[in-house]
Amino acid sequence: MIERGSSPLLARAQEADTDGWGSPPLSYYEHHHLPRFGDIAQGNDELAKKFFAWYGAVFKDGALTAREKSLIALAVAHAVQCPYCIDAYANDCLEKGSDLSEMTEAIQVAAAIRGGASLVHGVQMLEHVEKAGM
Amino acid sequence: MSVAPSEDGPRAAVELSFRGAPLASAEAQRALLDRVVLPPAFASATFDGMVGGVTTGRLRVLQVNLGKTCNMTCAHCHVDAGPHRREQMDDATIAHVITAMDRLRPAVVDLTGGAPELHPRFQELVVEARSRGIEVIDRCNLTILLVPRFRALPTWLAEHGVTIVASLPHYRSRNTDAQRGDGTFTASIEALRRLNDVGYGAGRPDRQLHLMTNPAGAFLAPDQAATEVVWKRVLLDTYGVRFDRLLALNNMPIARFLEWLDGRGGTAAYLAHLVERFNPGAAGGLMCRDTLSVGYDGATYACDFNQMLELPVEDDGRTLNIDDPSVWAEGRSVRTGRHCFGCTAGAGSSCAGATG
Ligand code: SF4
Ligand code: SF4
Repeated sequence: MIERGSSPLLARAQEADTDGWGSPPLSYYEHHHLPRFGDIAQGNDELAKKFFAWYGAVFKDGALTAREKSLIALAVAHAVQCPYCIDAYANDCLEKGSDLSEMTEAIQVAAAIRGGASLVHGVQMLEHVEKAGM
Repeated sequence: MSVAPSEDGPRAAVELSFRGAPLASAEAQRALLDRVVLPPAFASATFDGMVGGVTTGRLRVLQVNLGKTCNMTCAHCHVDAGPHRREQMDDATIAHVITAMDRLRPAVVDLTGGAPELHPRFQELVVEARSRGIEVIDRCNLTILLVPRFRALPTWLAEHGVTIVASLPHYRSRNTDAQRGDGTFTASIEALRRLNDVGYGAGRPDRQLHLMTNPAGAFLAPDQAATEVVWKRVLLDTYGVRFDRLLALNNMPIARFLEWLDGRGGTAAYLAHLVERFNPGAAGGLMCRDTLSVGYDGATYACDFNQMLELPVEDDGRTLNIDDPSVWAEGRSVRTGRHCFGCTAGAGSSCAGATG
């Protein structure tokens, strides 16, 4: 960590919780962001249109039901730790008739894969140790 | 009458009226709903504006609310029913309802409450309607069927070809018991088995068993058709229980559900969610277009929700009772309010399930 007050600008920024350029305090995730998602089209309408059309198609009933897809989305939202998606898909799962047990099992799967993904890399470590050791 | 202690069912709440809660009054409920400030995008939205006004068509369903007495006290009950409630339809009004069956010739008589089975003349009304060839619906809370004096009721209902619309919020106990009281789920499964045993839920037109699910919280009801598939599989695989149809109903911001919402500061958010998820396709199937709802005191309403908010059918400011010759008129404007957004949100919602 940078020592407090190591420059006058940084000292002021830390004091006021600003970036020193007049920006408001850092509060990264806001409830009003998700409803504004569509505004992402402002920079490139064509790509946004393609994204939203594709996104919509992904979640339609298909070989998997919309309800199953919503549970997958909830699990992935936890894996990528996206607060917008967690809010949105927690509600969507409920409105698709899932309950806390199903939703918890979905995120346990995400957690298991994340945990397992870390742990299975232990084999890399193991092989390194095997190679380096006697 | 009220419920004998030995006949008490599961409890999830205490009646607003028994507690003297501010929201016990319909006027206070209406005022609360009208006061809510909606997000700017919907600030000026009115239900009539969005659906283009609702008018009545041909009468199909005569829904009779036999009273507010119930063996249960579900947390979301829009009737504020329970064992402490004594309001029940009197004999004179029952007689008017029977006369109205001849006059109005509904295709369906839909018996509700409270627990309609607790009314001493419930069976008589069933017989009167069936003898006129009218389909009868019993809106059954299931736990009432376990009360010893109603042991023979499933067989009797089956013999009379009564359609049963039974409440079950979810196919797992957690949500069901949270909303309807501890023990509800187990009792409901037992009651469903008894109904299956007498032929309900096997696809027979004269033994129709419909389950009614409503969300255990401030979110919308699921898509009915997609969810029915899951429910049928889970209930059969896990409990060996069969049913014919699943109906999905949104929670209406009325009475106990409104108090629950408001207690957690959620009235505005819920109402905004209902408005935001307005589904124009659901407007055509609104039940108030073909239903007349009768209160225990004989006053009539466009639906059971208007009944609880005390918005009766009126003619020149005069409440129309069930014995009034002009109680049903085609083309009459339905009295709507902000609660009506509960009927058009998501897949839409009515006493017959999704409307869209
Ligand atoms: S929801 Fe139905 S069963 Fe529950 S208290 Fe109300 S009337 Fe009774
Ligand atoms: S609440 Fe009643 S009056 Fe309003 S839309 Fe629903 S059925 Fe019609």
